[in-house]
Amino acid sequence: MLFLIIKRIFLGFITLFIVSLITFVGTEILPGDACTTYLEREAYGAALEACYKRLGLDIPAYERYISWAHNVVQGDFGYSLSGQMPINEVLGPRIKNSMVLASAAIIIGIPLALILGIITALWRDKLPDITISTITIFAMTIPEFISATLLILIVAIWLQWLPGIVIVPTDVTFFELLPNIILPVIAIAMIMTAHMARMVRSSVIQVMASDYIQMAILKGVPYWKMVFKHVLPNALLPAINVVALTIAWLLGGVVVTEVVFNYPGLGRLVIESISNRDLPTVQALAIILASIYVSINLIADLMTFMLNPRLKSLQIRK
Amino acid sequence: MNLNKLSKEKQKNVFSKILEVFKTMASKPSGFIGLFILVFHVLLAILSPYLAPYDYKAIDPTLMLQAPSSEYWFGTDSLGRDVFTRTIMGGRTALTITFFGSLIALLWGGLLGIFCGLVGGRIDDVVMRIVDAFLSIPWILAMLLIVSLLGTSIEVLIPALGFFYGKGIVRVARAATHDVIAKDFIVSARARGHGNMSIIWNEIIPNVRDAILVEGAMRWSWMLLGFSSLSFLGFGVSPPTPDWGLMISNARGLMSFAYWSVIAPIVGLSSLIIGINLTADAFAKALGIDRSTKAPV
Repeated sequence: MLFLIIKRIFLGFITLFIVSLITFVGTEILPGDACTTYLEREAYGAALEACYKRLGLDIPAYERYISWAHNVVQGDFGYSLSGQMPINEVLGPRIKNSMVLASAAIIIGIPLALILGIITALWRDKLPDITISTITIFAMTIPEFISATLLILIVAIWLQWLPGIVIVPTDVTFFELLPNIILPVIAIAMIMTAHMARMVRSSVIQVMASDYIQMAILKGVPYWKMVFKHVLPNALLPAINVVALTIAWLLGGVVVTEVVFNYPGLGRLVIESISNRDLPTVQALAIILASIYVSINLIADLMTFMLNPRLKSLQIRK
Repeated sequence: MNLNKLSKEKQKNVFSKILEVFKTMASKPSGFIGLFILVFHVLLAILSPYLAPYDYKAIDPTLMLQAPSSEYWFGTDSLGRDVFTRTIMGGRTALTITFFGSLIALLWGGLLGIFCGLVGGRIDDVVMRIVDAFLSIPWILAMLLIVSLLGTSIEVLIPALGFFYGKGIVRVARAATHDVIAKDFIVSARARGHGNMSIIWNEIIPNVRDAILVEGAMRWSWMLLGFSSLSFLGFGVSPPTPDWGLMISNARGLMSFAYWSVIAPIVGLSSLIIGINLTADAFAKALGIDRSTKAPV
C-alpha cells in the first residue's frame, strides 16, 4: 500500500520533469527567441548581443535549462519579459483569483452533479432522465465561449441583473470580487456539472445492474436504504478518478471563460503572455498548470486507494 | 481469378457493413438528428459559395449594423457585411481543418498506441510517460504557443491540432490492443511465424479498429471546439475569412444593440458541434462501444 503510494508520487514527479523538458525544448526549437521578438526590427548587431547577454541567452541551452530548473524547484521562476518584474509577483494574485473561481465552481458543481446523476440513473429513461440528460448534452457540448457569451447577453444585457464583464484590478479583495464572479462561476460549473452528472449516471446504472443489488432487492431491503447503503458507495468510487480527469481537462476551458469575462486570473495571463511573447512567463504557466493537473490526478488516485479495501488486500497478497 | 472474386466479395462486405452501421445509427432519434445535422452542415460547407446572396468580404459603411430585414435576413455586422452570407460560409474552414486534423490524429495516435501495446516493456513505458506529460500540459497553452510562433496557416493548424488531439487516442489504442493481444489467434499467428507488421495489419487492426474510430469521431467534436476557441481568441482563422468563432468574438462587443450578428454564428457552431457529438455517440452505440464512463481526455 505504502509502496503503491510512493510509486504513484514518484511517477507524478517524472511526468512534471518531462513537462519541464518539453516546454523548455518547445520554446527553444520554435523560431524566434525572446530577443528577436522583443527588439523586433532592431534585432541585429550590438543591440541583439546586448539583449542576449542581459537575458543570459548567450550560454548553451542545456546549461540554461539546468539553472532554470534549479531555480524553479526552489520556487523562483525568474523575471517576466514584458512587465520587467518577478514572475512570482505576477502569478501570486492571479493564482488566488483563479482558485476562487475554480473552487466556487467545484463546490457548486460536485453536489449538483451527484444529485442530477443519481436522479437520472434511478429514473432511467423516464421523464426526469430524458429532460435532464438532454440539458446536460447541450451544456456539455456547447463551447465555453458560447455559453459565456449567451450568459452575458441574457443575464447582464437583457435582464441587467449582474455585471457582465469583470472590471477590477488584479489584486482585489475577496469581497470586492464576489458579485463579479457569479456569471463566470455559472459558466464553468455548468460544463463541469454536465460532464460529471453523466458519469455518475452511468456508474450508478452499472452498479444497479450488478448481482449484489439484485440480491438486495430480492432480499427485500427497503429501496432508499439500498440506494444509500449499497449503491452509492460502490458507484461513486470509480467516479472519483473520472471526475478528477474532467476537472483537469477543463483547465483549458477556464482559460477561454476568463478571457470572455475579462477575469484577472491565470487564464487571461496565458493569453497576455503569449500575445506579448513573454516566454519565461509561458514556461512558468505550463509548469504550474501541469502541476495542478498532476496533483488533481494524484489526489484522486490516493483517495481511491484509501477508499477501496480491495486494493489494500491486493497489495498485501502481492 | 478466384482471388479477385474473393477480394471483390470482401469489398462488398465492407460496404454492406458500413451501410448497416449507418442504418443502426439512424434508427434511433438522437442518431438520426445527429446524422441529419452533420449532413446538412457538410452540404452547406460545399454549396454555400454558390448559395450566398452577397460577397462575404464586401464592406459597406452605409449598411453598418442593420437589423434583420427581407433584404439582409440576419442583418449586417459592424463593417456592413451580410451576416447571413458569413454565417452559411462560416463552417467551411473549421470543418476542413478539423476533419483532416482528426484523420492525422487517428493515424499517428492509433498506430503508436497499437505499436506500444504490442511491444510493451521499456519502449512502452517511455512512450506512455511522454504521452502523460503531453496530456498534463493544457491543450490551449500548447496550441496558442505553436500558433503564435508559427502563424495561423492551414499547414500549421492541421498538423498541430492532429498532434495534440492524437495523444489521447494513443491510450485508447494501446488499451484496445492489450485486450486482444492475449487472445488465441494472436498466439497462433505467432506460431505460424508471422512478423510484427503482419500481426498488426491482419490481426490487431481489424479488432481494435472500431474502438479507435469511435475515439476519432469523438476527438473530431473536441477538435472543432478547440479550433473555434482558438479562432475566438484571435489565434485561428485570419480575417476576412468567415468563421463562427471569429464572428462571435467580433460581434460580442456590440451585442447589446446588435444581438443578431452574435446569435447567428452561435446557432451555426453549436448545432454543428451537437450534430457531430450525437453522431459520434450513435456511432459508438452502433458498434457496441460504451463511452459513457470515460473522461474527456
